[in-house]
Amino acid sequence: MSLAGFFQHLVNALSLGGIYALIAIGYTMVYGILRLINFAHGDVFTYGIYFAFYAVVLFLMPWWVAFVFSIFATAFLGAFIERIAYRPLRNAPRISALITAIGVSFFLENFAIVAFGGRAKSFNPQTGIYPTSFLNMINIGGVRIPVLTFITIGIVIAALVLLIWIVYKTKIGMAMRAISKDIPTTKLMGVNADRVVSFTFMLGSGLAAIGGILWAMKYPQVYPYTGMIPGLKAFIAAVVGGIGSIQGAMVGGFILGISEIMIVAFVPSLAGYRDAFAYAILLFVLLVKPTGILGVEVSEKV
Amino acid sequence: MRKFYVFLTLVLAFVVVSASEITEVKIGAGWEMTGPIAGFGQMSWDGVKLAMKLRPTVRIGGKDVPVKVVLLDNKGDKAEAANVVKRLIDVEKVVAILGPCTSSCALAAGAIAEQKQVAMVTNTATNPLVTQNRRFIFRACFIDPMQGELLAKFAWEQLKSKNVAIMVDVAQDYVVGLANYFKRKFAQFGGKFFEEYYNTGDQDFTAQLTDALSRNPDTIFLPGYYSEIALICKQARELGFKGNFLAGDGADAPELIQIGGKFVEGLYYTTYFHQDADLSPATKPFVEAYVKEYNRRPDAFGALAFDAYNLVLDAIERTQSLDPIAIRDAIAATKDFQGVGGSITYPEGSGDPVKPAVINTVKDGQFRLMTVVRP
Repeated sequence: MSLAGFFQHLVNALSLGGIYALIAIGYTMVYGILRLINFAHGDVFTYGIYFAFYAVVLFLMPWWVAFVFSIFATAFLGAFIERIAYRPLRNAPRISALITAIGVSFFLENFAIVAFGGRAKSFNPQTGIYPTSFLNMINIGGVRIPVLTFITIGIVIAALVLLIWIVYKTKIGMAMRAISKDIPTTKLMGVNADRVVSFTFMLGSGLAAIGGILWAMKYPQVYPYTGMIPGLKAFIAAVVGGIGSIQGAMVGGFILGISEIMIVAFVPSLAGYRDAFAYAILLFVLLVKPTGILGVEVSEKV
Repeated sequence: MRKFYVFLTLVLAFVVVSASEITEVKIGAGWEMTGPIAGFGQMSWDGVKLAMKLRPTVRIGGKDVPVKVVLLDNKGDKAEAANVVKRLIDVEKVVAILGPCTSSCALAAGAIAEQKQVAMVTNTATNPLVTQNRRFIFRACFIDPMQGELLAKFAWEQLKSKNVAIMVDVAQDYVVGLANYFKRKFAQFGGKFFEEYYNTGDQDFTAQLTDALSRNPDTIFLPGYYSEIALICKQARELGFKGNFLAGDGADAPELIQIGGKFVEGLYYTTYFHQDADLSPATKPFVEAYVKEYNRRPDAFGALAFDAYNLVLDAIERTQSLDPIAIRDAIAATKDFQGVGGSITYPEGSGDPVKPAVINTVKDGQFRLMTVVRP
């Protein structure tokens, strides 16, 4: 493999891993607070794309308004799901909440089929959804880097900084950390726990919407099952990085992106089974270090 | 006394049989209505809906009996495709089945239809194994050995390709089969080729394409389905590929252009039908009726589903019975059926008609007809 070829693979890997990282944060934050794996997160991601799509196509919003609208709409969708599906089960056994999450996932997928149709919608800039300049490529020494990759990595870093600031420097962040330890006691301290949980869902879902829009720009289509595989991959990324840890989700996302691309790059004949490698990585991490790479003490998890 | 009871039972049975008049003909349909290849199933169903509108009844015993088509969604999933056929036969009691579109689903569904002895006519499953050693499975399309050879010939003679990268979806029987038939013929010409692999539903192909482009192909052959084809074309062009794209009938869906946009411009593909191709006397009236009904161009999947519906109804009218085995025999005896996608005659003991193919290209965001290749 030539040097340019290797760097091309690395660029491909970073732009894929960045999106995994954005989705993984949603999993990790919800898990950190509620010890709940929100399997509907991949479908929330899909809805983020649909909201952006319809905001432009149906409501004729300019693309940047549509994208901001989609982020907020998806954030509220996340909080809404939490309100009607998870909050009533707050004191139920954890397995009940997990099964509910799977049920919500199926509901969202099938509702999307009914509401938006089973056929794929195009998220192509030629249909006027967003400017074509997002798809420009920058050529550095034979390595072609999409502008979108810079945007993705920029957003990932910004999201990381913002979240760390929220969790460690703000009042609501302190409440989040407290809730992750002990909900009843936190309530006794006068914290509105439900509101904090809603806020967490909104943050995670908003980031999923950003990830979804970036994903749809890169792979310009959306259909009701778009988020299924990226959602699973991001879940694996969250576990690999250490579920509950925000930095871990980032690291896990990039590790998963890089290993997926590099497996294909070095063993092209196995490319058809690359999803299997993602699951193999998950199994390996669960066997060797179940807390994940950056898995920290439970008390630190948010 | 016992004799009397036997006699009574027989009389009763006779009364019941003659009393049960045929009030409805139930045909089953199992298509890929949702999932990653939902376009195929939806287009097929639109074709059947039009066919039902133009021909809502079937003439049995001098009476026009209404036809009911029970549609079930197999989600593009092999296991679901088999379940759908099981349900259509056991619960819905259909007398014949239309669909599915894709070879993998048709293989799984066909195994059940064969076992339960109900005829199944797939509109567009082209893999030869779909009908092989099966008495009850028929198709309304050509088969992949012919399509693969045609594509190889086109690549060698028209595109002057010397080194072809083939993108193979390892999960689809259709894709693996078509790639193999292409390779066999292309190797005979003396062309070189290599393969890259992916799985249905994959969206990122940058790793495979970066590897492929380092080997300087002049053509990328895409024997897969439209949504992956559109994404591969986009990513290949973004990575700097300047050569040709070539595909099979799996490319034939409007989503190809909607998703692929300018990146699929100049793609060539073989398929069954194009509204400008004069395939049979029935083509023109169909195109007019379709445009009137849906106000868009008719597509290959709908055209062949339209044919499959009429083929089954013709068979029912010939046999004048709703016995699935009699219907199967009548379908097998089909001769010179004037379908909108060309005439269909089933050779002795085979469910594979010999049919024309068309080569289309994408130009200015439209599917354009290049040539019609007759067998």
